[in-house]
Order: sequence, then C-alpha cells, then structure tokens
Amino acid sequence: MARKLAVALSPDQLQSMLRTMHMIRQFDLRALDLYREGAMRGSTHPYIGMEAVAVGACAALRPADRITSTHRGHGHCLAKGGDPRLMMAELLGKATGYCKGKGGSMHIADVEAGILGANGIVGGGIGLATGAALAAQLAGRDDVTLCFFGDGALNQGILHESANLAAIWKLPVVYICENNQYAMSARADKFTSVPDPEVRAKAYGFPGVSCDGMDVMAVYRTVADAVARARAGEGPSLVVCVTYRYFGHHVGDPLNYRDKAEVDAWKTKDPIDRFQADRLAAAVTQEIDAAVAFAKASPEPEVEALMEDVYA
Amino acid sequence: MSRPVIETTPAPAATRVLTYAEALNEALREEMRRDPRVFVMGEDVAVWGGGGVFGVTRGLVEEFGPQRVRDTPISEEAIAALAVGAAVAGARPVAEFMYADFMGLAMEPIVNQAAKIRYMFGGKASVPVVFRAQEGAGRGNAAQHSQSLEAWFCHIPGLKVAVPSTPADAKGLLVSAIRDENPVVFLEHKILYNTKGPVPAGDVAIPMGVADCKRAGRDATFVGVHTMVHKALAAAEILAAEGIDLEVIDPRTLVPFDLDTIVASVRKTGRLVVGHEAYERCGIGAEIIAQVITAAFDALDAPPVRVCGENVPIPYNARLEAAALPQVEDIVAAVHQVVA
Ligand SMILES: Cc1ncc(C[n+]2csc(CCOP(=O)(O)OP(=O)(O)O)c2C)c(N)n1
Ligand SMILES: [Mg+2]
Repeated sequence: MARKLAVALSPDQLQSMLRTMHMIRQFDLRALDLYREGAMRGSTHPYIGMEAVAVGACAALRPADRITSTHRGHGHCLAKGGDPRLMMAELLGKATGYCKGKGGSMHIADVEAGILGANGIVGGGIGLATGAALAAQLAGRDDVTLCFFGDGALNQGILHESANLAAIWKLPVVYICENNQYAMSARADKFTSVPDPEVRAKAYGFPGVSCDGMDVMAVYRTVADAVARARAGEGPSLVVCVTYRYFGHHVGDPLNYRDKAEVDAWKTKDPIDRFQADRLAAAVTQEIDAAVAFAKASPEPEVEALMEDVYA
Repeated sequence: MSRPVIETTPAPAATRVLTYAEALNEALREEMRRDPRVFVMGEDVAVWGGGGVFGVTRGLVEEFGPQRVRDTPISEEAIAALAVGAAVAGARPVAEFMYADFMGLAMEPIVNQAAKIRYMFGGKASVPVVFRAQEGAGRGNAAQHSQSLEAWFCHIPGLKVAVPSTPADAKGLLVSAIRDENPVVFLEHKILYNTKGPVPAGDVAIPMGVADCKRAGRDATFVGVHTMVHKALAAAEILAAEGIDLEVIDPRTLVPFDLDTIVASVRKTGRLVVGHEAYERCGIGAEIIAQVITAAFDALDAPPVRVCGENVPIPYNARLEAAALPQVEDIVAAVHQVVA
C-alpha cells in the first residue's frame, strides 16, 4: 500500500524533489561561505547530508499542511516551499529577509506557507507542532502538521508530554526525528536509552517506525503513510529517519568526537547521488520494460521469411 | 568589542593574567581537587573540544574522569532537578546550562525546589548547588540565545545570584559559590570569556555580597554588571576629558546585595546611574534605584537614571542589536543628565 502512494508521484514531482535537494545543498554550502567570510552573524547549522529527510517528508504534504523546524532549519524551509531569496536575505540580516533581519538563521519562518519557524530551543517546536495539530482538529480541517526535531530533542521532557497529549486527543501530527547520530558532541547511541528510538512510540500507543533517511523515496513512503493516518483522524505517529550531517554542528565545531572514516562511510550513501542514480536506473528500467513489452508483443517471423536475406 | 584589562587592586606576587574562561576553569579545577563531592554536569562539558562550548570546563574530564565531569543529554529540567536532588543528598553539583535562555526549561527545579527546600523543611536541609550559565548579547545570536536574565532569579527568595565582570571576580566568586551551602545562580557573560585580567593564584574566594569599586570618582556613581562595567569604564575616560569624574561600582553579586557600598558612594557623589544589558522593565536597575532612594533619598541631587537594554527581544541584525543594547554613549549621556 505504501508503495502505491510512492508510485503516485509524477515525474514532475520527482524532478522537483531532486531539484529541491540540490537547492538545499547549494543553499547551505553558500551559507557556509557567507558565514566564513563574515557576512553572517551568530551561527549557521548546515543541513548538508540530510536533504532526503526534509524533501521526502514534505513531498507527502499539501500546501495547507504545516511544519515546525529546528535550529538546522534551512532544508525544512526550502522543502516546504520557502523562498531562497527571503531566506538568504534573512541570513544576512536584511530588511527584505523573512524576519526583516530580526531573526537570522535560527528563526526563519513563513507562517502563510505553513512554516511555523525554525527554533533556537532544542525541542522548542514539538509542543508548537502539537498545538498546530490541535488547531486543525478544532477547525474541523484535515490539515496535518509535521514536527521535525533531532535525536538530541528525544530527551527533552516536552516530547513526552506532547506525545501523550497527541495520543489521547488523536491529534494530526507526525513527529519526525532526524537521527543524524549526534547532538553536538553527544552520540545518539550513548545518550538515548534505546538504539532505535521509534520504539518509544509504543509507550504512547501510536505507531513508531524508522526509515533510511538517506533515501528520499523511503522517507516519502514512510511519512506519507503516517500523514495519511493523521489526515484520517487516526492520530499521531513517530518516524525516525536515520541520517547524518556531513559538516560540523556549526562553523567552529572542533569535531573531535567523530572520525573522518565515519564521515566518509556515510558520504558513500549520499542522498542526492542515490536519488539521481535511482532515478536514472528507474528510467533505464522503464526503457528496458518497454523493450521487453515491445519484444513480447511482437510477432514471430513467418515461415515464408525462411529463405529471405541470404543474398542481396 | 574591546577586550579590556582591568586592574582593580595592585596585583599580588602570584598573579597571572588569565582570560575570564580560564579563571572559571581554574576555580572549578581547584574546588574539585579540594572537595571530592564537587562534580560538574551539563551538555557538552566533557567531550566537545575537550570541555565546554566556551572552554570553561576544558581538561576537567581528563583530570577528574567522566564520573565527576558528566556530559548529559539535552534535558535542562532534569539537569537542574538532578543537581538539586544530589545537593540535598550530600553532593556538591555544578550544573551548567549552555545558554541562560535555556534555563527557561529548568525554572521549576530552580525556583520551586532549590530555592525553597531549606525553608520549607524548616531549615533542616541545605542545597549547595551552583547553576552556571552564560548570558548576554553582542554576537548576533538573536532572541533565544542572547538574553540577560539575572532579574528572574533575583526575584526568588532562597537563591543567590552572582554576575562577575572580570577574570579575578569570576574565579573568586565561583569558588565561593561552590562552597556556599545555598543554591547559587552563577551568570557569566559570553562576550567576557576571552577578556583578560590579573587573577591571583591559589585559594582566593571572594565573598558574596561585597561590591567592588572598579574606578573611584567624585561626581557621579555608576552601578552596573557584566559588560556594563567595562562600558562604564570607557565612558569614564570620555567624561574625565570633560572634567567629570565617574565612580564605577560593580556589585558582583545581586543577591546578596552590597547596598552599603553603593549608598556610601551616592552620599559622596549625589548622583546615580545604573546599567544592565537586561531589559529595562523590572530589571535589577529598578531594584537598585529603589533601594538607594529608600536608604539615601536625602543624598540624591538628581533623579537616578537607568541605562538598560530596550524592552524588546534581542534582534539578529548587527545594527538593530547594537541599538537594543546600552552603549558607552548612552552612559555618557545619562551621566550628563544626572550632573546637569
Ligand atoms: C534547550 C536547548 N538546549 C541546548 C541547546 C544547544 N544546542 C543547540 S543544537 C544542540 C544539539 C541538537 O542536536 P539534535 O537535536 O540531534 O539536532 P542536530 O543538531 O543534530 O540537527 C544543542 C545541544 C539549545 N539550542 N536548546
Ligand atoms: Mg542530531
């Protein structure tokens, strides 16, 4: 059934997803340059390596749906339809930016577009997303809220309180944990009580699943299921996307808590390369399928042709 | 921002120049050596860069091990609450919050538990815990990473509040905070971490509740904390060129508060300006002025003036952020106003 949903994406949608993944990567590479050259203040948290999560998840949404984001929020914003010009202007603190220069990277928001803000507080979006889901329920609308947060936020009390409320009130919210293995220097496998955080959903009585967060279609399929459930009034879900951040937490990260071999190993699973390779393979498969169909449907030669073509 | 070296008292023999962060590190290290009950916990205090996002806990895990220097998950309420529980049960925790803004998540254990346990239990328990955090603006960290929140804690009976402005004060006050039998909210300032100053070696506790005169003057008294002490000293130079002699007093702790030193200064100058980066409304400046007026109304020759942060969330843009914060020129203008 999940497969069917994924196949329902049109070639245009798939192309636009690939484009958004490229957009996120280039946006954040440029943000890093701007930060290093002193054009940005505060800090910037690159989403590079995690593009499949935001793009796959937001592909399951309608325009009226909402998201809450995190300190590492550029990817979520672009995937939900944020305008890169207004985002970039915000990073540079300009009057034309999303927040008129008052918010900066960590507070970009576009409430009209359903982007209820990046957040400087780890876990800060969790209760807000749950509240947005409550508002949709109260208004009798079938809008869904996606709540992005990191593995680090798994251990904030607000997640427990919100998950329980969402469960008892059957709120249309999907909790999306981006498990990129670290919260600053804190390894997810050492600072979280279980290696597979999706099992925590069981304690609240709603579904918890994990998926390959380096595979945009896997994210899409998994989140689309959870969104369909929320839209149908069946309540919340937890989706853990297993992924990785290629760069330091922010510029200036000493990066003394992980080694290069680990980073290189994750880079071999690059979500953009993978999606491109998968799309190319799919296109080729389609051509081969067509070739097979053509071959199968084609007539056998007539016996009369037996002696033809021996000499010119 | 400038990195002033402040010499308050003549440097004794065994004095080195340290940064504010190094001075805090030395206080933690020496107290952990002295008292095995002292331990440190917080986010990224052990592994990240060898100890702490600002280097305050650097090298401590190497010397004292991961039992006494504990990296925690991102769980501010639990960090604070566990520290309170541990303190009541005989440990001496130093709990770190990466940014004072995140103490919003930890207010329950700090305000309802730590501050009140001794009193509620009829004096039969003590809560020797230190809640460390850094506050303040100036780096473009925007509204959720730049606030100065000392007034929140000053409002709560049962808490002590320290706000050092120099490396020497940072070390001496942290030593006292750790030795104190009461909960101490110890607020550092992010802009000050790399500032340098002389710090006496060895056991140099600075008692809580003793203000320090950072510059003697005859014409007006400035009372302020953190960066405002440094800005007031810069303002004093400008004013000196005009023949106005500004006295700069740093209370160093807000609870307990050394009213006597400040009243004595106001009795000398007859004029008072108070300053803090924190929002003006209901800030500690209002409390300081109220206390001085009550104690020494007769000594004042002009209404006291506040030089504080605007009543606005701290903006990201550099120009807006500077406009939201009290600057040297604002202090100069305020002094002109009170001496006029
Ligand atoms: C309440 C709170 N505590 C601590 C921080 C400091 N901080 C910012 S990001 C971060 C790590 C977050 O890790 P995670 O949730 O896994 O997200 P990631 O950075 O990996 O995307 C920390 C500790 C914060 N911003 N808010
Ligand atoms: Mg993480």
